[in-house]
This record gives sequence, structure tokens and C-alpha cells, in this order.
Amino acid sequence: MKVPQLLSVLLGMAVAPVFAGPLEDAVQTLTHVGREGAGNEAASRAWTQVVAAGPKGLVLLLAHSGSGSNVADNWVRLAGNAIVAQALEAKQPLPLDAVEAFLTNTAHPEAARLLAFDLLQQADAGRAEKLERTFGNDPVQKLRRGAVAFLLTAAESKSGDEAKKAYQEALAVARDEDQTKTVSEALKKLGVAVDIPKHFGFLTQWQVIGPFDNTKGAGFQTAFPPETEVALDKSYPGKSGPVKWQPTASKDEYGKLNLNEPLTPLKEATAYAVTTFESGEAREAELRLGCKNAWKVWLNGELLFARDEYHRGQRMDQYRLKGRLRKGSNTILVKCCQNEQTESWTVEWEFQLRVCDGTGTALLSSVSKR
Amino acid sequence: MRSCTLFSLCLTSLVGLATASAANTAAAPITTDWPAFRGPVSSGASPSAQIPAQPKIAWSAKLPGRGLSSPIIMGEKVFVTAAEGPEQERLRVLCFRVKDGAPLWERQLLATGRTMTHDKTSVAASTPCSDGKRIFALWSSNDLAAFDFEGNLLWLRGLTADYSNASNSLGMASSPVTVGATVVVQIENDSESYALGIDASTGKNLWKLERPKFANWSSPVPLPARPGFPAAVLLQSKEGVCAVDAATGKTLWQLAGNASTMSSSVALKDVVYLPASGMTALGVPALGVSEPQTLWNARQINPSTTSPLLLDSRLFTVNNAGILTMAETAAGDIKWKLRLTGPFSGSPVGAGDRIVLVNEKALLQVVNTAAPEGEVLGQLQLPLDAKTKELALCTPALSGGRIFVRTDSTLWCVAK
Repeated sequence: MKVPQLLSVLLGMAVAPVFAGPLEDAVQTLTHVGREGAGNEAASRAWTQVVAAGPKGLVLLLAHSGSGSNVADNWVRLAGNAIVAQALEAKQPLPLDAVEAFLTNTAHPEAARLLAFDLLQQADAGRAEKLERTFGNDPVQKLRRGAVAFLLTAAESKSGDEAKKAYQEALAVARDEDQTKTVSEALKKLGVAVDIPKHFGFLTQWQVIGPFDNTKGAGFQTAFPPETEVALDKSYPGKSGPVKWQPTASKDEYGKLNLNEPLTPLKEATAYAVTTFESGEAREAELRLGCKNAWKVWLNGELLFARDEYHRGQRMDQYRLKGRLRKGSNTILVKCCQNEQTESWTVEWEFQLRVCDGTGTALLSSVSKR
Repeated sequence: MRSCTLFSLCLTSLVGLATASAANTAAAPITTDWPAFRGPVSSGASPSAQIPAQPKIAWSAKLPGRGLSSPIIMGEKVFVTAAEGPEQERLRVLCFRVKDGAPLWERQLLATGRTMTHDKTSVAASTPCSDGKRIFALWSSNDLAAFDFEGNLLWLRGLTADYSNASNSLGMASSPVTVGATVVVQIENDSESYALGIDASTGKNLWKLERPKFANWSSPVPLPARPGFPAAVLLQSKEGVCAVDAATGKTLWQLAGNASTMSSSVALKDVVYLPASGMTALGVPALGVSEPQTLWNARQINPSTTSPLLLDSRLFTVNNAGILTMAETAAGDIKWKLRLTGPFSGSPVGAGDRIVLVNEKALLQVVNTAAPEGEVLGQLQLPLDAKTKELALCTPALSGGRIFVRTDSTLWCVAK
């Protein structure tokens, strides 16, 4: 289906025939930019053409947003941004009803809906704010944030059971760490305990093995036995003698697994942690990691990402790794390396990992086997 | 009146257009532009600015997000970058009118790379640069965008999309620079380090150099042009310094050592002043000679985390404690030291006999360098928002009789 017909269906409105032809070609050109600047010259010409076409191109831009790379989305975004700015300056009418209709249709891609919201906010901040209050259950994590903020403000003015109810309502939709922390602290003061690991889906039950060597950082690239087999009953030569798997649980509220506890504080050492995640269905998921040591993460034997940076900082959801869960048992293996630094701020040898959907909503393992 | 205004605007535009090449040629015309981090030739010096002894606030403009990046000035426009949002994911380029701070345009994009930084720094840490026709804005997320002066997008790069492991969880801060028709960026960190020479007109790679895998916040510096030599750029790191042909990426010469990963070099004629073991002066070698000659080393000159200022034959550094040191460039001899009110994150800038420094608490200090021991001529306290613990971390910019400073929340224009 061509975009004009698709838009007509999605928006339930007549889409001007001007969408077909050169303008649509130009918008598509924006979405076709590739790696290392491929397509930049054509996109630059197309960008000028799209912006010159003015407000009539806005909904077309939304329809194509999310169809290319995230860099392509910025080409589209900047065109929409410039069109709205020019229209506001020239006091030209903007198709805000169509933008709002696009935004409220949750079937559209995340990038496109974020753009729709931002354009609406740029053109009419009051209208955007009114709409934002309704996004508490939105599938886009960034859109939820504003709605949660409204709920928090409302809860602050309440007391007793009313406050509990209001904060619990906020907790049910909060997905960001700072907002969830605010809610859980408020509920704690009201005598309500919040299961933070469960709320976020942190994996807390692990089997750990180590230390293997990481002298001069070489262990990061060395495939020690756990990278080729996960056999919990086996023992292997480690850095200073035989090593074997041992069960370890995180008691940290935010799921940090401190490897200094089972393995003692070490330097130039490599550890592995493995767990099984039981999924009730085959589905796309995100493994979100926080780690200030060098690390690798595998899902069912597939390396999702690897990074050898040490002690530059750690935060929840620092890395968002996309993977596909299979129905049933899924093996998640983490390699975590400690380097040679001896400063007080280089003691940490830990990670925190959770499984969630793209909204940040926890996916919980039906059984914890490890 | 109108004709005069038009004439001066045209003249300013012509001067602006000349600046790109001006930055890299020996016979640079006098310009009021400040096209990059630390000015026209990345030395901290302006060839034409007049720094007021008793500066006052001329205008201010609120910014939508934080940043450490300096403003740049091209003709009648001042450009500045910012980042905001819960994860600093919203990247902004803003353009204001020089004479009164009127907002002219603003563009927004979303970060495509990682946005985690230390709390003190920001995703908008790199100062944009201009080649006289375009501005090039880089953020810690490795998003690089080129606009014309009217805010039209010319090209985009998402360097983390291209090279997925290049990031620093403390934040990146190296500023881009234009050398001839090349935009040079240093993206250096523990995991994946490289420098790129990017075609200023298309945004495509002209060259890519693998660089030492170590966090590096220093910025590339253009080497002054010399007859018969290709236009070149200096890249420094923990492993030393090298000069690279800006058009091809070919290494012209290099010196192994331990250069600063925070403080950037300055270069004048055929000498490079490198922050390494204090300060080290290197004689730029003849074409075909692979290593520069060390002219002198002065361990007692310590630029700390800021970058040195080169004013004629005088080298100025300020350390974290707020001690401004003046040394002669001939042999690195210290002539005087002056205690200022620190601490400083921004670097000193200057013109003629005057230097401007702004400390983290936004106290702007004007120093007379002609006084026998240096002296503070004037001070101006820029107001900060105590509730947000606002700071001033940027290096000031100079243009004509104006000084531009950005704090967390505001762009300030200061003048006589």
C-alpha cells in the first residue's frame, strides 16, 4: 500500500494527492541514508525540498519516520522541526489534528510517535501537555514519563490511603529509575513495600565461576571454557588454581551482582555468570545491562555485545541489548572482567542485568533454575 | 543608516566567509569571527578583539539545556549547542543575533549514541566549529551535524551507528576543527578509538585513523600553514602527538610520549606547544622528517585540565588552583604567576595585552598581562541559579568588543 492510501486508512481522513510524487520521493530519500554518510548529498537536496514544501509535508514525514535508521530519523525530525518553526514564524496553519491523530495511534513506530509529540509540543505546548497526561500506559517509555510526572504531582497532594492508591497507580506505569525510586520511597514512608527487583525484572539468581586471568586486559579477548560450554558440574583451570561454578544471589535492590563477594576482591581477573530465563513465549526482548567493567553478554550462545571499558561509570539500563527469547529455557551468560587499577574507585567488579520489553516493562522468568 | 548597516553586514559576511581558510593560512585576514574552540587558530587568541577592562552584561539569552561547549561567532550570528532531557538525549543547536541576543533559529535532534556522562559534564561538551559557510556540531553521543548559517541541515552523521563501541561513560568532549575542506574529529576512548577526516561538504569520510584505545578529551589543533607543506592537524593522546595531512590522513610526523588527554596543544608558526610533562615545545620538522625536535620542556608550567593560551610570544596556563602562569615561548621561562579566583574548567582566552578567564562560579576576570607581575583589571560576577547548582564550565569566546560566556542555563554577552 502506498503511503497516501495507508495514511488515509490510518488517519481516517482524506490525504491530499500532493503526497504522491516528488515530495514523497524526497521524504523517502531522507530515510535512505546509510552508514558513513552514504546518501548524504541526495538527502541534503531532499531536505531542502521537503522543508520548502511546508506544513503539507508534516504528516508524510511522520509516516516515513521509523522506516530507516535512527540517523535517518534525525533527517526526518530536523525537517519537521524546521517546517514547524517556519510555519509558526509565518503564522501558517499546521495540520495539528492529523499530527495528534498520528500520535495517539500506538501502532506507529516509536520514532514516529516521538516526533509527532515533539512537533505538537513545538507548535502548541498546551495541547501537547494535555495529551501527555493520557500516556501512562503508552508503549513508548519516553512518552510515559510525562504522564508519570503528572501522577506523582497529584499523589504529593494526597495523604493516607488516597496517597497510597495514587502512588501505586504511578508505580504501575513508571518505568524510569528516578521516577520509580521517587514512588517507592514515598510508598515506603506510607508503609508499603515495593519489590524493586521484580518491578524492573532484575535477574538475581546466578551461577558464578572464576577467576580466570585478565593480566593486561588479555582475558577480555580470551575464550575461557564457559564461552564454549556451560557445564555447572565441571571444574576448569583458573588464574590461580581450579575453579568451579558456585551459586550466587544478588541482594541488591537494583540487582547488582557483586563478584567481589563470591570470588574475593581481585585485580586482573575474569569471571562468568550464567542464569536461565524461562520465557512463556518466543518473543523480542531487551537485556538491559549496567556495568563499569569490561563485559560480554550472550543470549542462547549468541554474543549480543562486548565492551572493554573499565571504571568510567555505571548506571541502570546503561546498555540496551536487543535479543530474541525462545519459548522455554534461555541461557544468559555474562563475562565480566576486572582490570589492574588499584584506586579506591576501581574496586567494583559487578553488573546488573534485567530482561524487559522495549517499554522497559519487566519480563519475569517463570522459573528460576540456576 | 540603513546603507551603513547593510554595508557592515556585507563586510562582516565577507569576513566570515574568509574565516575558514583564514584559520589555516599564515596570512590570515583580521576577522571578528571566533569559529571554533579557542578561536580562529585554536590558540585562545583573537587577532582583533578588544577586551573591556570593566565588562558589563550586554544581554543574556536563556538556553534550553546544559552544556560545556563554547559559543562560536560567525559574522552577526552566535551559535551554541545544548543537551537536555532525562538522559540528555535531546540535542540542540541554537543561533542568536550577536548585537542583542535575539533568537534566530533552533534545531533539535535526538541522540543516536550513548548519552551517559559524569554529572559535572554534559552531552553538549564539544564546541562546534565553522568553515565560514557551515557550522559543524558534535555531541558526546557522537552525533555530528552540519548546518548552514540559516539553520538548513546539510548533512548528518551518527558516528556510534557507524562505529558502535566508541563512547566514554564519563562523556566525550573533544571539539571538532576544520582544516581546509576537512572536518577533523577525534573520537577516542577505552573501547574503540579513531580520528576522522570528514568532507565538509558531504559529511563522508575522507580518511579514518585508528587511534590509541584510551580515554582522550583533547581536541585536534590545526598546524599553521607553511609553504610547500600540506594543511595539517595535530592529534595528541596518551601515546604522544602526531601531525596528519588533513586532506589524506597521512601521518607527516609523530613523537611518542605521554601527552595530556585533557589539555590541548597550541601551535604558532613552526613550533608546537604541547601539554606533556608540563609544557613541551616542539620544532615542526621539515617535510619528510618523521620526528620533531624537542626545543624545551618546562615541568613547572602546568595547564592541568585547561588548555594553554598563546599570545604573541607569551604562553599562559592556569591550573586547578587558579594560578595563572606567564612564560616566554623562547625557552619556557616563567616570568610571573598571578593568583586568580578559581577553580577553572574553562581555558583562558585573550587579545592584545588582556586575558579573560571565567571560573566555575561564573566570576569573569580580566587580566592585564602588560603589568610586571600581571594584574586583575576588572571582574564581573555573572548570576547563577543556586537552586540548580548552576556552573560555568565553558571557555569564553571573543568577538570585537564582546565576550561570550555560556553557563548551564544562559548565554551571556559581556561588553564595555
